[in-house]
Amino acid sequence: MQTHYGWIIGTVVLVASAVAAHGGPAASVGTVSGKVTYTGTPPKMKPIDMAKEPNCAKEHAAAPVLTENVVTGPGNSLRWVVVYISAGDQGSTPGTETVRLDQKACQYIPHVLVVQPNQPLDIYNDDPHSHNIHPLAKVNPEWNRSQPAGAPPIHTKWELPEFIPVKCNVHPWMHGWHMVLNTSHYAVTGEDGSFSLSGLPPGKYTVTAWQEQFGTQTQDVTISGTESKTVDFVFKARPY
Amino acid sequence: MSQTQAHHHAPPKGFLRTHVFSLDHKVIGKQYLDLALVAVCTGMVLSWLMRLHLAWPETPIPGLEKLSPNGAAGGVITPEYYLSLMTMHGTIMVFFVLTTAPFAGFGNYFLPIQVGAEDMAFPRINMTSFWVTLVAFLVLVAAFFVGDGPPLSGWTAYAPLSAVGKDAGPGQGVGQTLWAVSITLFCVAQLLGALNFITTTLDLRTKGMSLARMPYSTWAWFITSVIGLIAFAVLMPACILLILDRVAGTSFFIPAGLVISDRLQPHAGGSPLLWQHLFWFFGHPEVYIAILPGFGIISHILPVFARKPLLGPRVMIACLVAIAFLSYTVWGHHMFLSGMNPFSATLFSVPTLVITIPATIVTLLWIGTIYGAKLRFTTPALFCLGFVSVFVSGGISGFFLAQPSIDTYLHCTYFVVGHFHFVMGVAAMFGIFAATYFWAPKMFGRMMSETLGKWHFWLTFIGVYCVFMPMHYLGLAGNVRRYSAFTDDYLKPMIPLHRFITIAALFTGAAQLIFLFNLIRSRFRGPKAPDNPWEATSLEWSTTSPPPFDNFGGRPPIVERGPNEYGGARGADYLMQAAAAAPASAR
Amino acid sequence: MGKLFAVVVAIIALVSAALFASHIWWLPVDISAHGHAIDRQLSETMVTSGALFVLSQLALAVFAWRYGDRRDGRQVKTFPGGATPMVVFATVLVGAEVLALTFVGSKVWAGIYQTAPDPNSLQIDVQAEQFAFYFRYPGADRTFGAVHPERIDEASGNFFGLDPANDSTARDDIVVPSLAIPVNRPILLTLRAKDVNHAFYVPELRIQQDFVPGLVIPLHFTATQTGKHEIVCTQLCGLGHYNMRAYVEVMSQEQFDQWLKERAAEQ
Repeated sequence: MQTHYGWIIGTVVLVASAVAAHGGPAASVGTVSGKVTYTGTPPKMKPIDMAKEPNCAKEHAAAPVLTENVVTGPGNSLRWVVVYISAGDQGSTPGTETVRLDQKACQYIPHVLVVQPNQPLDIYNDDPHSHNIHPLAKVNPEWNRSQPAGAPPIHTKWELPEFIPVKCNVHPWMHGWHMVLNTSHYAVTGEDGSFSLSGLPPGKYTVTAWQEQFGTQTQDVTISGTESKTVDFVFKARPY
Repeated sequence: MSQTQAHHHAPPKGFLRTHVFSLDHKVIGKQYLDLALVAVCTGMVLSWLMRLHLAWPETPIPGLEKLSPNGAAGGVITPEYYLSLMTMHGTIMVFFVLTTAPFAGFGNYFLPIQVGAEDMAFPRINMTSFWVTLVAFLVLVAAFFVGDGPPLSGWTAYAPLSAVGKDAGPGQGVGQTLWAVSITLFCVAQLLGALNFITTTLDLRTKGMSLARMPYSTWAWFITSVIGLIAFAVLMPACILLILDRVAGTSFFIPAGLVISDRLQPHAGGSPLLWQHLFWFFGHPEVYIAILPGFGIISHILPVFARKPLLGPRVMIACLVAIAFLSYTVWGHHMFLSGMNPFSATLFSVPTLVITIPATIVTLLWIGTIYGAKLRFTTPALFCLGFVSVFVSGGISGFFLAQPSIDTYLHCTYFVVGHFHFVMGVAAMFGIFAATYFWAPKMFGRMMSETLGKWHFWLTFIGVYCVFMPMHYLGLAGNVRRYSAFTDDYLKPMIPLHRFITIAALFTGAAQLIFLFNLIRSRFRGPKAPDNPWEATSLEWSTTSPPPFDNFGGRPPIVERGPNEYGGARGADYLMQAAAAAPASAR
Repeated sequence: MGKLFAVVVAIIALVSAALFASHIWWLPVDISAHGHAIDRQLSETMVTSGALFVLSQLALAVFAWRYGDRRDGRQVKTFPGGATPMVVFATVLVGAEVLALTFVGSKVWAGIYQTAPDPNSLQIDVQAEQFAFYFRYPGADRTFGAVHPERIDEASGNFFGLDPANDSTARDDIVVPSLAIPVNRPILLTLRAKDVNHAFYVPELRIQQDFVPGLVIPLHFTATQTGKHEIVCTQLCGLGHYNMRAYVEVMSQEQFDQWLKERAAEQ
């Protein structure tokens, strides 16, 4: 009779630990979310006068485009901040969807885009005139070519992780960023400065926030189970 | 003055020695001409691509994406590729056509014969010059197929655009370095060639051939080689300094504090104006190198078909010498607005205007030669007359640009483009055409078709006026040059005239196929040419068509008079320079 | 054939000259104080060289027509006087014209490029870069801040590399991509190049000047009529050379003061 109990208990323990080890149907993934804000006085967002390209100047006649190096929002929020897992990353999936960059009315849309290594990137010229794309890459191969009006999209990709500033030689106010990140756990803050990184299995993570003018900040966070942790970033802004 | 016998060499043996690695100045001359022919076809195609883009910028050119997937994706030329095509067009045309054909090509073939020599003074150096030129051409053309493509800084390659490397734009990496290497090699070849021309002219003239009795084409080649000796001796180190700035971290032409492609350039202490001075010190004499052989060729050919002597032969020679000398004093007229001291502009404008005087004299001498003539309107004669017309057109526009106050408005406009194309792209080309039609019978032993020649002349003569005269109007309206597209408000109304020019250019280009067909077919299947089909006087017509390998069959001619004996002043319609030939120089 | 040549050359010469004289394509209206002297120099040159052009082409044509070989056994004729009339004509007549043009023209040139600017000039700093022009007004303190190339940051609009954090004179500098100037006021531009050679050209102002890296080049003029015109780059500077332009707007002093106030508020 005692041997039976032993078998039952042993089997139950085995099964339970197997289930625990494989996560099972109720797998625990957490989320890191938060807001990026600033203190102090940020630089003024200045209106961009696109006089040298009248097509673009006309498009923005009603509402001029402002410089995008520091874009603020309500509640001292910061837009275009890239928040991502920079260490301890788990459960990342490779990027396979094509990411699209548009040159429209003499602006890069989006101002900051994120791709993973070898993720397809298509660049479109939506304007009735030529643009010139010059990614100032240092780790990846740098390139520089024009895209006349009506030319086919440029199909490209970046192979190595890097933060790449991109400029248009012909329109000096056009600046953007290609962030090549080795993780699928990233977000780019919107108008309200908020971000959310989900699908994080339990573990210890380093979260990095990058803003093109103010640099990077990091914070460590530990996820256990399905919790949602809040991580806020505050950058010290200076007017110049 | 007497011919040295030291250059007597045995006839070549074997295919390679006879036709490829030949020491014979005639073979080398033809090799140069063939190289120039390939170059001019290349340069011409580049100009068609440029003109098509200017007229219809968004229309794809089928197949072009194969040559440059980045430069012409979908067959549409990008702004940088347009400038690359323009750079290569200018470089190929100025160096490998206009310096090569009239001077290295025809000069090599005919200078030794016209002075009565067996060959150039240094046949091995002569052969070396050709092969170095060919390598220079291949290095240049390689720029199409490497890295970012050919350079985009123009044939003038102003620093720092040409000196900082690939930060300055597409094509400014390997492409620009290949350009600089190519030009350096070209300079070496030209210096070696000048050595040969000068020595041959001074030392190898046959008995009786005093300097005063030399044909005007020989004079022109001789003077041109002196100009070249000094000019290329300056361009070569300039290109080497440019290469050093690009690859060795020197700063001859690059000052401190430049930010290009968002990068502070690691250079300091150089001067962009230094490049301009060095380049134009070469560059202005270079355009006289391009045209002076044409002056000599026209002066040589016109009397043959006018059946009367050239008017004022000693004045002509004096003017050629004056022009050559003055050509070294005017280079700053390319730099009036460059940022050099404005007082220098006035100083440079004086000799620039003064040079119009000998240029006017030579033009009037040609026109005066036609006065009272008995003109035979053969194809070479037509190209001579056409030369006078287009040279007048091109020279007159120089009158405007020579004045700094007017250049304030016309600098870097299409007025300049019209000016230099008339004098170089048309007049110098007409000199080459005249020379080709005139000397083809002698070089190939076969006559070219007169009918095809005349068609070629008429279509070309009218065509070039349709292409280049309107450029002066565009310039007066302020149309800036070296633009890949005309998007500015004030330029948009000029586009219809640009389309007219493009269509004229395509037609005129197509007309050159007549010349090519005529040249190639006659070379192998034209009717056999007699020794002296044109009844001309100079020494090349005293030997067979083509001449034997040592030019005169072992019997150097003895010269009794100058080349100008036409028109029956001494009883006969014309008198050959050589004394009555012994029967051994076979007919 | 000779007659055909003569007719073609005559037609070409006369049609070309007529098109020049008709001014179908011609200089735009001159809105500068110094431009009339340039226009006069140009017209004078056009007339004399036009005459020379037409006369020599017609001489060529007439001679080609008359002096074909008609196989009539006539003797060739030398030009009366030989080469001497040619030398005399060129040296004396062309030479005299050359002297006249040089003498007058050098004064015109010196008036623009070799005279000191008016001490009351409105001074504007101009930077040319691949591929745009930027203009800088000194602001209320009438002093330009120092430029530091290593501080240039286009994304934030700091095209001149100013250092307002540490340089108080830079804080009120007004940086704009369009040039506005008051009419009838002497203007002094200081031209600096950020990267390679460029040039400043306004056809209506009859003014042109290269920008040279490493040099700061002064250029002065006065505009005499209001209106908006283009400033274009004429010195090959790279792929965007064709698209490198800015607008210059000449306005009344009041309008200019208002314009400058609005631009200052946007900095």
